Amino acid sequence: MRYLTDRKRATGMGSAKTGAHHFWAMKVSSVGLLILMPLFVCTFGSALGDDYATISAYYQRPFPAIIAILTFIVGFKHFNDGAQVLIEDYVHGTAQKITLILLSCLSYAAMAAGVFAVAKIAL
Amino acid sequence: MVEFALPKNSRITTGKTWPKPDGAKNLRKFQIYRWNPDDGKTPSVDTYFVDMDNCGPMILDALIKIKNEIDPTLTFRRSCREGICGSCAMNIDGINTLACIYGIDEVKDTVKIYPLPHMPVVKDLIPDLTHFYAQHASIMPWLETKTNRPAKEWKQSIEDRKKLDGLYECVMCASCSTSCPSYWWNGDKYLGPAALLHAYRWIIDSRDEATGERLDDLEDPFKLYRCHTIMNCAKTCPKGLNPAKAIAEIKKMIAERVV
Repeated sequence: MRYLTDRKRATGMGSAKTGAHHFWAMKVSSVGLLILMPLFVCTFGSALGDDYATISAYYQRPFPAIIAILTFIVGFKHFNDGAQVLIEDYVHGTAQKITLILLSCLSYAAMAAGVFAVAKIAL
Repeated sequence: MVEFALPKNSRITTGKTWPKPDGAKNLRKFQIYRWNPDDGKTPSVDTYFVDMDNCGPMILDALIKIKNEIDPTLTFRRSCREGICGSCAMNIDGINTLACIYGIDEVKDTVKIYPLPHMPVVKDLIPDLTHFYAQHASIMPWLETKTNRPAKEWKQSIEDRKKLDGLYECVMCASCSTSCPSYWWNGDKYLGPAALLHAYRWIIDSRDEATGERLDDLEDPFKLYRCHTIMNCAKTCPKGLNPAKAIAEIKKMIAERVV
């Protein structure tokens, strides 16, 4: 039981004065993926099913390799930012903070794995 | 953590079925949420039958008739009976709206009436809107100026006045905020569509001189950015307003300051 006024409850700790960058980053990565995803599907799709040597040669070319790397980086950054909002919506308290940390670990690990995979095939 | 089921003491049971009025030929069935904080029982849904040959056309007419002629303990808010005061907001046939401007003939079959969703209930159809009103007050719903008060009046062009259309008409009935899933899950921090629509109304008022402070106060992951453009607010607003658009405009204005 706390004797707080209604206004005090509504105001809480005030504004965090942040959120615009996250909002803008989501918009930018959305537009980025709008361009990257079709290019990734086309390049990756055209190589799918070939033997290792052919794919290795294909990904040694800058265009498909850069498209794949950018897709992994932008895609998992977008995933991280989007899932962060989802977690903030539904998970609260300490569980929220732990889940957000795990989410960051997952997102950046997946991003790194994707970049490493392309590098390993291309180099 | 979000809850997907009602707490045990909030689960709704079948309540009393009130007798049909004698001699009535044109009956309409109403199922209405009932809860009394004093009797210690869980909420129930009572069934009433209203003689439509002797009743006004609106849902509020039927509620008043039920209260006057069938069950005087039925409790609900009402005042202006013409969509201006916002008192009689409730969930009718699954839609948050004003009982006074929602026609009985707009509902097929049984008319189901519940209080506004996901708010604490004071009694029957009366939700506790204390926090909702405090959130509205927190956005400073008044003209903030720093310039000395002019001798006669704060002038506003016709074009600038037009920008307030679609915003000033809000009657604070809470239909929009209580239809918003984000407000359901995070209503303690998220300001909700109604308060944000009012915030935008003052942000774009050409006479207001606290635009920056207002945007500062709103730039918060929970106060503003919990809006995911679900649009329930615009769909349910009994006044036909579009709070989602107002919120999007606030986000755009804040983004313009950053980028």
